[in-house]
Amino acid sequence: MPNMRMDKNPMPSQEPDVRNKNFKEVALGYTEEQAIDEAQRCLNCPTRPCTTGCPVSIAIPDFIAKVAAGDFEGAYKVITESSSLPAVCGRVCPQESQCESKCVRGIKGEPVAIGRLERFVADYHNANSTEKAEPAAPNGHKCAIIGSGPSGLACASDLAKLGYDVTVFEALHTAGGVLAYGIPEFRLPKSIVEKEVNGLKDMGVKIETNVVIGRTITIDELFDDYGFEAVFIGSGAGLPRFMRIPGENLNGVYSANEFLTRINLMKAYKEDSKTPIARPKKAVIVGGGNVAMDAARSAKRLGADVTIVYRRSMEELPARKEEVEHAIEEGIVFALLNNPVEVIGDDKGYVKGVKVEKMELSEPDESGRRKPVATGEFSEIEADAFIVSIGTSPNPLIKSTTEGLETQKFGGIVADEDGATSRPGVFAGGDAVTGAATVILAMGAGKKAAAAMDKYIKSL
Amino acid sequence: MYKIVTKRALNPTVTLMEIDAPLVARKAEPGQFIIFRATEDGERVPLTIAGYDREKGTVTIIFQIVGGATEMLNSFEEGDYIHDFVGPLGKATETDGLKKVAVVGGGVGCAIAYPVAKKLHDIGCKVTSIVGFRNKDLVILEDEFRAASDNYILMTDDGSAGEKGVVTAPLEKLIQDGEEFDEVIAIGPLIMMKFVVLTTKKYNVKTVVSMNPIMVDGTGMCGCCRLTVGGETKFACVDGPDFDGFLVDFDEAMARGGIYKEFEKKAREETCNLLNKEVQ
Ligand SMILES: Cc1cc2nc3c(=O)[nH]c(=O)nc-3n(C[C@H](O)[C@H](O)[C@H](O)COP(=O)(O)OP(=O)(O)OC[C@H]3O[C@@H](n4cnc5c(N)ncnc54)[C@H](O)[C@@H]3O)c2cc1C
Ligand SMILES: Cc1cc2nc3c(=O)[nH]c(=O)nc-3n(C[C@H](O)[C@H](O)[C@H](O)COP(=O)(O)OP(=O)(O)OC[C@H]3O[C@@H](n4cnc5c(N)ncnc54)[C@H](O)[C@@H]3O)c2cc1C
Ligand code: SF4
Ligand code: SF4
Ligand code: FES
Repeated sequence: MPNMRMDKNPMPSQEPDVRNKNFKEVALGYTEEQAIDEAQRCLNCPTRPCTTGCPVSIAIPDFIAKVAAGDFEGAYKVITESSSLPAVCGRVCPQESQCESKCVRGIKGEPVAIGRLERFVADYHNANSTEKAEPAAPNGHKCAIIGSGPSGLACASDLAKLGYDVTVFEALHTAGGVLAYGIPEFRLPKSIVEKEVNGLKDMGVKIETNVVIGRTITIDELFDDYGFEAVFIGSGAGLPRFMRIPGENLNGVYSANEFLTRINLMKAYKEDSKTPIARPKKAVIVGGGNVAMDAARSAKRLGADVTIVYRRSMEELPARKEEVEHAIEEGIVFALLNNPVEVIGDDKGYVKGVKVEKMELSEPDESGRRKPVATGEFSEIEADAFIVSIGTSPNPLIKSTTEGLETQKFGGIVADEDGATSRPGVFAGGDAVTGAATVILAMGAGKKAAAAMDKYIKSL
Repeated sequence: MYKIVTKRALNPTVTLMEIDAPLVARKAEPGQFIIFRATEDGERVPLTIAGYDREKGTVTIIFQIVGGATEMLNSFEEGDYIHDFVGPLGKATETDGLKKVAVVGGGVGCAIAYPVAKKLHDIGCKVTSIVGFRNKDLVILEDEFRAASDNYILMTDDGSAGEKGVVTAPLEKLIQDGEEFDEVIAIGPLIMMKFVVLTTKKYNVKTVVSMNPIMVDGTGMCGCCRLTVGGETKFACVDGPDFDGFLVDFDEAMARGGIYKEFEKKAREETCNLLNKEVQ
């Protein structure tokens, strides 16, 4: 008999007033009892609607049934048939708009906490399993992966399982892509990312950090000089956009990427870090996505009073719901329906405030979207840091050094359903193709491309 | 890990190292740079490629010991390993078609200017090198520069070597005397480059400057290295480091360069403590 309670088992978490002063993980994870109890809320629907909401079609009811039965390793096996990064996705997937949005239990009450269960299963496995991945029997073919974000890691993993000799090239000194440099420790501990990367190494994947493709080695050289037969581009969308408003180059203005990279990749949150970071007193963040929430909550943890300025209303905030709730609990102020028009500096070139314009939402247009409209009413917010989180686009470096690689206007690489680009043997996926999206979509694209690369190489 | 093959002090605060980095050596061109991290928890620090040997697979860097990271690097000896070394980054200096060029270098900027002068010399361009230092003890790469120049002018602030004065003086004199440079390439402290540009603007001689803002990733991902050039925001690590000097907003660049002054002071003191050295 399923557990018919209406609401999810709440996630045990650090108290808001405690966690907003440290960088340790906010959510602590379910206990075995909580996980089993939550799993029992699943009705095991024969039509499996939840599965259609997952971009990589995890067999959700099946893994949940195993959790309900206390077979956590069995559940892990079910998940990893479709996903290679469950400990990551269980933490950062926007479940409310994916799997959980389709859950039948969500019609009357709260959906089954699919993401939390996935996380529980992955953490259980990581804590208890002594199994080590083994290299597959080599098939004698070589593939190169550019970028070690979720798309590259997923692609590498699937190719390695098929026996390919796989090398991942990463521009930075640490593998993981946004998982390493962008998403903060308090949401995704770096030890989890490291574990995933080490798992790949156990499978025989070579990870070459400090190699910038397009500079250190070009794609043509990967084929001609190094003997790779197929290449996957998973270089992400790392190029930060700025607002192009006056004062944006003042000291104290950062892209969210810079702010977060200093904190995460360079560990500036640690007292003894060698990486400089401003410890702002009053920080203004512009933007409304996950990146803005992460920048805001990081600034808060460094001791700042934080205001998020967003030009639409709460309903339109694109960030994951849970992150917005966490941000509010942690004491972050939202100045909604406001748009920065100028960063104001002192006479030494440091930020002292941000001038914002009040916005109104228009009537919905044909697409049903309400657009922000300027009102001509201005005000000023005091600040010593201004962090721009209004989006990123694909870095043009690879395009500009690879002849015949077509891209779209915004910089995204043109690729078909399977990741094939305009260059034979070159595949692409993740943010490099779509522009900034999600971990699970990037991972899915990496997996699809791996299958297509296998087919391509076998056809040669 | 990247092995230090050679280490040599050029003067008390400037050190040359040759690093085993075959992939970088294979592609390096004058004007490009690398980023190193001396240790696993170190800062990412950009340094220009001062030379390379494609056969040996080595890259030469020349750095001034100014703060924590360069102090740490300088504490390493031949045979030691640097944790990270990535490159070549940035765009190479454009030398195509140049026939007559003045290369102006200031201080450790000469380390960056030298490979450019050499490349120009190698392609048959007539090179006038004007280099400036505070005093005689700080002069670096004199023989190398002489070999790569048709005309070598050495300036010091106190006159202890070469002529007394700043680099803009002989530059202006040469232009006034009718030297028609296709281009002036200025590499050194921001303030020097600013004054070179103020000089050459008067005579409308195209001037390229090599910018060295604070950087983190060096791949175009963080925007920390941004500059205003011709009213537009540019990222020095991918759009540069060379820019048209007439268009660069030097005052803004100088303000941005000082952003971490306090932190750097502390980091330097800590590193000096670690290495048992006096803070100068
Ligand atoms: C702060 C932040 C928070 C986010 N939060 C969430 C979230 O909660 N949930 C969610 O689903 N998504 C989130 N996202 C989005 C998600 O992280 C990305 O969509 C995902 O990481 C994209 O994966 P990717 O593999 O395409 O690229 P990336 O993760 O961007 O990895 C690309 C890698 O390629 C490397 N690279 C780039 N160019 C080169 C080159 N020329 N040579 C070698 N290497 C190169 C880069 O250094 C990088 O390591 C967030 C993003 C950010 C920035
Ligand atoms: C593209 C590029 C190429 C460079 N090439 C060389 C080179 O060939 N040789 C060399 O000696 N230096 C070079 N620099 C400068 C070098 O990166 C800095 O001196 C270095 O970051 C100092 O690190 P630190 O931790 O030792 O000192 P810090 O404690 O970080 O700084 C000490 C002092 O140096 C200043 N400073 C910090 N960062 C920079 C910077 N990026 N540029 C200029 N001044 C800075 C600070 O304002 C401070 O006064 C280059 C910089 C760039 C961006
Ligand atoms: S991967 Fe993401 S969308 Fe799929 S089941 Fe897990 S949490 Fe849901
Ligand atoms: S829709 Fe919800 S209740 Fe039904 S099987 Fe999926 S998770 Fe279980
Ligand atoms: S150093 Fe990060 S964008 Fe240039």
